[in-house]
Amino acid sequence: MEQIAQQFFNLEIMAKALPLVLRGLAMTLLICAVVIPLGALGGLLAALGSVARVRALRWLSIGFVDLFRAIPPLVLLIFIYAGLPFAGLRLSPFAAVSIGFFLNNSAYFAEIFRAGLLSVPRGQAEAARSTGLGPAQTLIWVTLPQAVRNVLPDLLSNVVEVVKLTSLASVVSLGEMLHAAGLVRSLTYNASPLVLAAGIYLVLLWPLIRLIARFERRIAG
Amino acid sequence: MAGFVDTFLDAAVLARYAPDILRGVGVTVILSVLIVLSGVALGLALACVRAYRIAPLSVAIVIFADVLRALPPLVLILLVFFGLPNIGVMLSSFTVLYLVLTLVLAAFAEEIVWAGITATPKGQWEAARSTGLSFSGTLVYVVLPQAVRMVIPPLTNRAIAITKMTALGMVIGVPDILGQATTAQSFSANASPLTLAAIAYVLLFLPLVIASRWLESRFAPPGA
Repeated sequence: MEQIAQQFFNLEIMAKALPLVLRGLAMTLLICAVVIPLGALGGLLAALGSVARVRALRWLSIGFVDLFRAIPPLVLLIFIYAGLPFAGLRLSPFAAVSIGFFLNNSAYFAEIFRAGLLSVPRGQAEAARSTGLGPAQTLIWVTLPQAVRNVLPDLLSNVVEVVKLTSLASVVSLGEMLHAAGLVRSLTYNASPLVLAAGIYLVLLWPLIRLIARFERRIAG
Repeated sequence: MAGFVDTFLDAAVLARYAPDILRGVGVTVILSVLIVLSGVALGLALACVRAYRIAPLSVAIVIFADVLRALPPLVLILLVFFGLPNIGVMLSSFTVLYLVLTLVLAAFAEEIVWAGITATPKGQWEAARSTGLSFSGTLVYVVLPQAVRMVIPPLTNRAIAITKMTALGMVIGVPDILGQATTAQSFSANASPLTLAAIAYVLLFLPLVIASRWLESRFAPPGA
């Protein structure tokens, strides 16, 4: 018991790791601030493509989504970060993470937006068009708000997944939270910094998970 | 174009490392099957236990599910892999990856199956109980089959997402597809092994992704 406390909950080591881990947290949040809006936008475009009238556009969008849902994000990230330099394209870790996660997130957001768009009855768009709204106006003011509301819990769960996903950036030595904690662990041979990082992830994400559960109950009930 | 092929699809490099990557495919497939079987079974069992609504047990299950859903799997993998040896528990990287991903999948599966159990109409419980079936009998023979049917699409999606995470094993040295490919890439100083790995993942997972699309339309709730 003593040993577990010493190896996992060593407050002295946690205190030493805290400044570095907090700086890592700032980077984690920065990645999220870049990747979540980009992924949502890319996902929305792919979703619109996947329900478009033009068949080629539909196939292209669904092909994109399925391809990037099939490739593990870490494989994509390492391919971009370690593979592309062989072709003379050397990206910074931040750029590699942004591009890799943009492609991965877009695919997941696209599936959610697609379900949302399909959940809005066709009559809504037809009624909006008949009042004189243009196609873009109909989408922005009538279809999209209802679509987003219908899939809000799924969108939020995906945000949680993206925040968790940023931990992969540590593999390409981008100094986000897990990277910082792992660094202190390797210096101290003690797992407490990792427990500290885990605690911060929990504080960050647990409220969101509870919120999602409440949304889901409200929609089901 | 020739430069592109030499860099990403060099025939000599591909031929040299294809056997390693193929062995990696074996490791990835075995891990994936083990994780899906045990993770889904454990999640199903936990959801059933929760149905008895014994307060301390339910609270423990909810905490387990919340914590494992909130923590990034890579954090858990590193924590277990580097933490346990310090207190005298030695596990292979394969075992660590298997254990962590099984628990993560179990947490998600528990929540998904539980949602299915609560969504099963109350009348089903009442009707089954009134025929003389016990609580456990009702749960296993009446409610669970309906609940599981309802949640097959989200369960499949989650299982696919978590089996893809076997690639994280590369970080702790599991010789899976990505692990073999990154080793080969650094030996050969060529990106072709990574290309081969990406192709292997697409061949493995694209059929599953397409199948999950089909399942979604097949098991769509009426009216949706």
